[in-house]
Amino acid sequence: MLDRLNLSGRVAIVTGASRGIGKVIAETFAAHGAALVLNARRDNGQIAQIAQEMSTNYSVPVTFVVGDVAEAKTSAELAKEAFARYKRLDIYVNNAGVLVDGLIGMVPEKDIAATLNINLAGVLHGVQAAARLMQRGERGSIINLTSIIGRFGNQGQLVYGASKAGVIGATLSAAKELAPKNIRVNAIAPGFIDTDMVRQLPEKKFAERMASIGMRRIGTPQDIADTALFLASDLSSYVTGQIIGVDGGMVI
Amino acid sequence: MTNQVLLQQKVDSVFKDVLGVDPRQDPAAVVYNQTQGWDSVAHMMLVAGLEEAFDCMLEMDDILGMSSYDKALEIMANYA
Repeated sequence: MLDRLNLSGRVAIVTGASRGIGKVIAETFAAHGAALVLNARRDNGQIAQIAQEMSTNYSVPVTFVVGDVAEAKTSAELAKEAFARYKRLDIYVNNAGVLVDGLIGMVPEKDIAATLNINLAGVLHGVQAAARLMQRGERGSIINLTSIIGRFGNQGQLVYGASKAGVIGATLSAAKELAPKNIRVNAIAPGFIDTDMVRQLPEKKFAERMASIGMRRIGTPQDIADTALFLASDLSSYVTGQIIGVDGGMVI
Repeated sequence: MTNQVLLQQKVDSVFKDVLGVDPRQDPAAVVYNQTQGWDSVAHMMLVAGLEEAFDCMLEMDDILGMSSYDKALEIMANYA
C-alpha cells in the first residue's frame, strides 16, 4: 500500500502553495518523494523559503514560479519550469483561490471579476497547461480545489459559489476529454477547513459553521492534503471525473 | 545540411505521421480544417508531435496561429 502512495520520480505543480491548504498539499507530496514546482502570487521571499525548507527536509528538488494564476502566462510558466527541469509533469494541483463574501446587490464588479479570474479562469488555464505536458507522458492527475459552497451554495457567497461550481463543471468536462489520454481529472470539495481564510470570519459566523459539521470538528489542511495524495497516487489510477467532498459531514 | 532544410524535414515528418499527408507535394494546400483529417483533435496531436520533435513547449498564440503547413514552418523556426 505504501509503495502505491510513493511519488518518487514524479513531478507535481501546486498553485497557491505559500500557505494554507496548498502549502500542506505540497509538503505532503514532498514527503512522498515528488519533485515540486510551487506557485505563489507574491514574491515576498516566503515562497523561496518554503521551497528551500521542503527541499532540505525531504531531499527532493523544489522550485517555484511567482505569478497570479488569473493570468494564463503563470500556468504556462509553471509548465515550462517542469518541462525545462524534468521534461515531464505528473500532477497539477489547482489550489490557488480567494474568498470574497458579499450579499446579493452589494458585490462590486471588481470583486466579481477578481474572484472568477482567480478561482475559475485560473483553473482553466492550469488544466490547459497541464494537459499538454501530461499527454506526452501518457498519464497524469489534475486535482482541482472546489468547495462545499460550489456543490450546495450558501447565502452571502453568490460569486464564490459560482466560481467553485464552475470548477466542478470544468473538472467534469476535462475528465471526459482527457480520459482517453490517461489523464485523470478530479476535484476536492473541502468543507470548513482551518486556514487563515476562514479565521477571517466573524465569531458568530464561525460558530454557526462549526455547529453544521456532523463530525463536530473543523477540518485541517492535512485532511485535504491526504485526499490530494490519494488522487495524485496510483491508488486512484481508475478514478476520474469525481468531486470528492472532504467536509466531515457538514450540512449547509 | 542547412538549418532551414533540417527544420523542414522535422516538420514534414510530424505532418506525415499525424495527418498522413506529405506536405511537400502541395504545401499551400495543407490547411487547418481543409486538409482531410486536420481537425481540432489532430491539431493537438500535431502540436504534441512538433513539441516532441523540437523539444520545446509552444506558446498558446503559436498553437492557435498554426493554421497551415506554411505557418507551421514559420512558427517552428522560432523554436529551432
